[in-house]
Amino acid sequence: MSTRDAFVAVHRFGLGPRPGELDRAAADPKGWLKRQIDPAAAALPPQFAGLPGGAERMGDLLRARRDRGDPGAQKLIRESFRETYRQEASARLAVQVTSAAPFRERLVAFWSNHFTVSVQRPPLFGTAGAFEREAIRPYVTGRFSDMLLAVARHPAMLVYLDNGQSFGPDSLAGLRQHRGLNENLAREMLELHTLGVDGGYTQTDVRELAKILTGWTVTPPRFPDAGQFRFFPQIHEPGPKTLLGVVYRDDDALEAETAFQALTRHPATARHVATKLARHFISDTPPQAAVERLARVFRDTDGNLGAVSHALIEQPEAWANPLAKVKTPNEFVVAALRATDFAPQSGDDGHAKMMINAVRGLGQAPFNAPSPAGWPDTAADWISPESVLRRADWAMALAGRMAPGHDPDRLFEATIAPVAAHATAQAVARAPSRADAMGLVLASAEFQRR
Amino acid sequence: MLSRRKMFALGAGLMAATSLAGVPVALARAPTDRRFVVVILRGALDGLAAVPPYADPDYRSLRGGLALPDPNAEDGMLGLDGRFGLHPALAPLQAMYQAHELAVVHAVATPYRSRSHFDGQDLLESGADTPHGLHDGWLNRALGLLGGASGADTTRAGLAVGQSVPLMLRGKTPVASWAPDDMPPADPDFFDRLGQLYAADPVFGPALKEGLKAQAMADDVLGESMDDPKTYGRGARPIVALRPAAQAVGKLLAAPAGPRVAVLEMLGWDTHAGQGAATGRLAGVMKGLGEGLEALKDGLGPEWRQTAVAVVTEFGRTVAINGTNGTDHGTGTVAFLAGGRIAGGRVIANWPGLGPSQLFEGRDLAPTTDLRAVLKALLVEHLQLPQDGVERVVFPNSRDVAQLRDCVRA
Repeated sequence: MSTRDAFVAVHRFGLGPRPGELDRAAADPKGWLKRQIDPAAAALPPQFAGLPGGAERMGDLLRARRDRGDPGAQKLIRESFRETYRQEASARLAVQVTSAAPFRERLVAFWSNHFTVSVQRPPLFGTAGAFEREAIRPYVTGRFSDMLLAVARHPAMLVYLDNGQSFGPDSLAGLRQHRGLNENLAREMLELHTLGVDGGYTQTDVRELAKILTGWTVTPPRFPDAGQFRFFPQIHEPGPKTLLGVVYRDDDALEAETAFQALTRHPATARHVATKLARHFISDTPPQAAVERLARVFRDTDGNLGAVSHALIEQPEAWANPLAKVKTPNEFVVAALRATDFAPQSGDDGHAKMMINAVRGLGQAPFNAPSPAGWPDTAADWISPESVLRRADWAMALAGRMAPGHDPDRLFEATIAPVAAHATAQAVARAPSRADAMGLVLASAEFQRR
Repeated sequence: MLSRRKMFALGAGLMAATSLAGVPVALARAPTDRRFVVVILRGALDGLAAVPPYADPDYRSLRGGLALPDPNAEDGMLGLDGRFGLHPALAPLQAMYQAHELAVVHAVATPYRSRSHFDGQDLLESGADTPHGLHDGWLNRALGLLGGASGADTTRAGLAVGQSVPLMLRGKTPVASWAPDDMPPADPDFFDRLGQLYAADPVFGPALKEGLKAQAMADDVLGESMDDPKTYGRGARPIVALRPAAQAVGKLLAAPAGPRVAVLEMLGWDTHAGQGAATGRLAGVMKGLGEGLEALKDGLGPEWRQTAVAVVTEFGRTVAINGTNGTDHGTGTVAFLAGGRIAGGRVIANWPGLGPSQLFEGRDLAPTTDLRAVLKALLVEHLQLPQDGVERVVFPNSRDVAQLRDCVRA
């Protein structure tokens, strides 16, 4: 294994090297990655300790909405949600910056983006972070169908895609209150989460899945467990439903659980997931052979994401071109902070602010994807004349701040040396100041790629 | 602070020319005096809420609680032509309509007939007639035709607002992108060295060059005020509040050597739940659109007379209310055309009706005008592109889609 492979391991699969990591990975890059996705390495990082659960915060929101006559209470809940958001965002960034299992963290980010919830809908400010921690993180090396179920039961998703308010038109409550379906979650589940837009479903399938999902909602504020997921049979559309040619007998909440199994086993889902993984970890134009191999592992293991992640590491295409992908703003900021040995302290407002402002300023505020499709994943989406200037401005500002006590040559060796062009090495060596030299390393095209 | 990048751009000799006052000239020879702005409303605008067809006998029964009272009634819609009204949150558009500077095209749609936002936007922006048929944007291909045989400079005649370039403007012809500045720029020398490093990189190299040019242009036209993020908002992508960016873009387009074509984007239109009627969620977003167009006009100043604006969205929404007082993904919707070059004061609609047999797939406003017919008219009659090129290159397979007549002033 060459140091080029170590570059791929730490930049492409990881989050960019902390000092010494490139050397540590070099001995056995694939082994270094595989140890990180061992189930034994799945403990919740300590930075998340004490953060509120999604159901708890959703309950707070629902109770505040019930008391909407009280403007003071409204202001209070808004402020406390902003505070939760800030804590969640800084904890997540701190975990990414410090993690010793960066491949696992990248998988969390990938799946969290696959099942996007976003604070573009303001009620999500209090729950978007909890969603990732509760519905995504525990399953990244587990079963896809378990993650899908956890996602569909999470209050954040039920609110983000409106399913909490979708009523079976012929259900008891639907008839009494003259309310009906909302297709939003059903459509995005088929289009984005499972089959993919070309996965062969029709408008009728969207409606039928929406009916299957009726009753999956969040406990209203009059109950003590407000904000928790709850299935309400009186909202659930009665009668059989036909999804993708399969008839689901009237069976309350079990209909959806059975449907999730079927969607997981559908070949279009394997293909859709494999394509997205290959785009994220191999190339903006995913190589078909790799997509097919990954899809086969997904199908053969019934959506075992640990097995799929192992297969990803084994794809020869993933190791062929070390600079094939461009880092997103979040990836770039995290990699630069790791490279400069930044150690965020929990409870340090200055650190939190610096990290959040950096990703926001570069166009990727935490939990703020523009749509349910999540953040885009190709160079063309992220690199524009404006964004290149901003990245360079930020890199230089960081370099200026971190320069004292840093050796630019060591930074170069510890990050991009295995792949750096001669011109880059030379420019770093000849830079007029320590800060300039570090800024050039961080702003270099090599560092901004993975 | 702002001038450092500008100084660098001048010092490095990247600009094509400079005037005596030190104004960097982005375009060596502007390819046209006409201005063209596209505003993309991402998420699917409910055309029946924006421009309600109150004379249609089925409007009130189908729309229920989302229907607005007739014009002149209390809290009613604003009157347009006796058949159609305008949502009260879009009041600035009524003023433009009355000044014959705004036309509405109703029951319009792209050729896309499914209901995925993302494929719908892909088609809206690529100009293809099937999803993923083309990988660059129709407006970028149009820019390629803008110079014609005149030898005029068409690079950077296009401007994307925000940190990324939307698909509509992506392609072979280089475009500028610009977003309000909110972090201190690095030292000019640093960019000089970085430029040398990026020279060999096909992604970072060209982007840095274009970025420095656009920055110099923006600094010069807009002055210091753009450095205050409180005034102009932060560079989130795409923008939610249109007004600050629209005002600035108006000024950039108005500059003699500025860009000629710009794309703005706005989020917030995907109103599945609690859409609201005269007030509420959708009304708030529409208010932002109205104020944004007003600010664009203000920024353009006298050049508004030379301008056409097209406000477009990927598709419409269901005619009936869904189970959560919102609307789901639909088909036909509205487009707005604004500017001094638009033959306005009209609602252009081959109205399909809202009766049960008249709806598309029994649920959506049936599209009767192809959006490409509208855009083709703007490109040919306003930007004066050759019709053949527009039909061959910009909107391939659109020869059968006849250009919409009489929407551009002669």
